[in-house]
Amino acid sequence: MSQSVMFMIDGVQVEGRAGQSILEAAGEAGVYIPRLCYKEGLSPHGSCRVCTVMVNGRPMSACTSPISLGMIVENDSPRVAQLRRDLIEMLFVAGNHFCMFCEKSGDCELQALAYRFGITAPKYPYMFPKREVDASHPDIFIDRNRCILCGRCVRASKELDGKNVFQFVGRSAEKRIAVNGEALADTDAAVTDAAADACPVGAILKKGVGYVVPVGKREYDDKPIGSDIEAKRPAAGS
Amino acid sequence: MAKPKIATTSLAGCFGCHMSLLDIDERILELVELVEFDKSPVDDIKNFTGRCAIGLVEGGCCNEHNVDVLREFRRHCDILISVGDCATMGGIPALRNTVPLRECLDEAFVNGPSVHNPDGKYPDDPEIPLILDKVYPAHEVVKIDYFLPGCPPTADTLWEALVALLNDKPVELPYQLVKYD
Repeated sequence: MSQSVMFMIDGVQVEGRAGQSILEAAGEAGVYIPRLCYKEGLSPHGSCRVCTVMVNGRPMSACTSPISLGMIVENDSPRVAQLRRDLIEMLFVAGNHFCMFCEKSGDCELQALAYRFGITAPKYPYMFPKREVDASHPDIFIDRNRCILCGRCVRASKELDGKNVFQFVGRSAEKRIAVNGEALADTDAAVTDAAADACPVGAILKKGVGYVVPVGKREYDDKPIGSDIEAKRPAAGS
Repeated sequence: MAKPKIATTSLAGCFGCHMSLLDIDERILELVELVEFDKSPVDDIKNFTGRCAIGLVEGGCCNEHNVDVLREFRRHCDILISVGDCATMGGIPALRNTVPLRECLDEAFVNGPSVHNPDGKYPDDPEIPLILDKVYPAHEVVKIDYFLPGCPPTADTLWEALVALLNDKPVELPYQLVKYD
C-alpha cells in the first residue's frame, strides 16, 4: 500500500496515494477533472491542457502533475472553467468538426466536453484548414479534419500494441498525425489494435460500424461526460 | 397589447430547421397565440412590416444576398438567433471552405461530369447573387444574441427557447436539448 497523501481540491480534503497524478487521485475521490489527451492505461501526455487546474495558484495540467502533501488545487471555479472552455472552443475552430454527419457524434469526447461546458458556438473565427483523409486501410480510416492532436493513437500504438503505427510530424499549425508508411494500408495497423479505439474524436475510426447506435442511446446523449466519475463522489455529510 | 412579431429566414441552409419548427406539432396553435409572424417563409411575407422581437436565422452566408438578408434581419430584430449548425458553424455548405473557390466553380460549371457548358463560362447574370470566397457562420457577419445548434435543433429546443424569450425568462436549456447533430 502506497503512502497516503492528503491534499485539497476546491476546499475539500482528498486522500490520494503517493505517485498519483492530481487527475487520478481526484477521479478516485469522485471529482471529475475534464480531459482529452489523457486516457486511462496510457502514459499522460499533458498536451491538450483541458485538465488545467490551479495548483497553489498556478495553472498546471492535472494529468502530469503528481499530488503532494498539503497541495491546494482549484478545479471547479469560474476562471478555470473559462480557461478550459476557451481551449475547447479553439479546438473546434482549428479543425473541421462537422458533427452533423460524423460517425463519432454522440460518443465524441470533444463534443461531449463542449456540451458539458454549455458551448453553443465558439467565439473565435473558424479556420477551415485543408486536411488529408487516409482511407487506404481496409478496416480503419484516418480523417485528419477531426484530429485534435491529442496523441492517444501514438501512445496506444507504441505502449499497448508495440507497433509505432502513428507519430506526429511537423510543427505548430503544420503539425499532424503521420503513419509509419506511405499510407495506413502499408503499416501493420490492425482493427484489433488498441490504437483503433484510442481516438477521443472521429479522426481514427473503424470502417463498417458507423451509426450502429441510434441517436438517443449514445454515450453522451443524456448524461454529461464525467458523470460516471462524479457518481463515485461520496454524498455530502457522509 | 399587440403580439410580438417574429421573423424567420433560411440563408445557406436546407430548410430543415424550419421543418423542425413545424415539428412542434399542435404547439404551433399556442405559438400563434403568442406571436405574429412577420417576414418568413411560414406566411410568405417577403418584406419586413415593422420591428420584430425575435429573428430566427437558419443557414450561414454563402453569397452576397445572404449577407444582405442577414443584415436586414439584424436591423429589424431585437433578438437575433442562429438556428442550426449551418448558421452557427457553416454546416454542410461550409464543406467547400477547404477547397479554393475557383476549383468549386470549375467543378460546378465547367468540369463536372454532368455539366453541359460549351463556352465554359460561369453564369454571370446580374440577377445571380455573387458567391462569397467561403461560407461564413452568421455570427461572423452580424452580432448574434443566441445560438441553437443542431442539425436540426429539435422542435423542443426551438419551442423551449422561444417560450423562454417571449416570457422574458433566461434561455436555459436542459443538457438533452443542446446537441450538434
